[in-house]
Amino acid sequence: MATKKMAIIATKGTLDMAYPPLILASTAAALGWEVQVFFTFYGLQLLRKNLDGIKISPLANPAMPMPVPMPVFVQILPGMESMATMMMKDKMKKKGVASLEELRSLCLEAEVKFIACQMTVDLFEFEKSEFIDGLEYGGAATFMKFAGETDVCLFI
Amino acid sequence: MNFDKEFDASGLACPLPIVKTKKALNDMSSGQVLRVVATDPGSCADMAAFADQTGHQLLEQSTQDKKFIFFLKKA
Repeated sequence: MATKKMAIIATKGTLDMAYPPLILASTAAALGWEVQVFFTFYGLQLLRKNLDGIKISPLANPAMPMPVPMPVFVQILPGMESMATMMMKDKMKKKGVASLEELRSLCLEAEVKFIACQMTVDLFEFEKSEFIDGLEYGGAATFMKFAGETDVCLFI
Repeated sequence: MNFDKEFDASGLACPLPIVKTKKALNDMSSGQVLRVVATDPGSCADMAAFADQTGHQLLEQSTQDKKFIFFLKKA
C-alpha cells in the first residue's frame, strides 16, 4: 500500500482555528501518512515558541457558546478577549483536549513537515528566532510541489 | 483476553487516544497485543478506522462502566 499524503495550508491564528490543522496533521501522521503543513499569514502564529498570544474572541463570533448571553457592547470591553480565552482553555483542559503545544510536539515527533511561508514571515517582520526549530521556509511553489502528489489537501 | 501492554487513554479527547495509541504500539513487536482503555465515545469509530488504515488488527472492542476497551494486535 503506497503511503498516503496530506497537505494543509494553515492560515488562521485564533485558538479555535489553530486546532484543526494540528489535530488532522498529528492524526494523519499516526495513521502512517506523510504530512506537510504550510503556515501562512496568521497561521504563522502557531509556529511561535510561545503560544500564549493565541486567543479566542467572542466578538464577531456569534456562534461561540457563552455561559451567559453577552451583548456586543460588553464584548468590546478591555480584557474580554483574555477572559474568553482563559475560560476556553480551562474548559478544554477539563475535557481532556490537548494543548496546542502538545499537539504541535506530537506532530514534530511524528515527522510532520512544517513549512513557514517566507513571504508572510517577511511581511510581518518576524525573526526566525521567534519560531520553533525544525521549520523549513518556502513559498507557493514549494507547497505545490508536495500538494500535487497528495491524497488530501486542505485550506484551513 | 491476554495482552502484552496496556495504555490508559481515560480522560483524553480526540485525537489523543489515537495518536498516543500509535505511540504505545511503536515499541511493541509484531503480533503483540495492546489493551487500550478510553473514555472518549469518539474513540470507538476512530479506533476501528485507525486499525483499518494501519493494518493493526482490532481483535475485540467492548464497553465496561462507560469505558471503552480495545485489544489491538500489532501488524
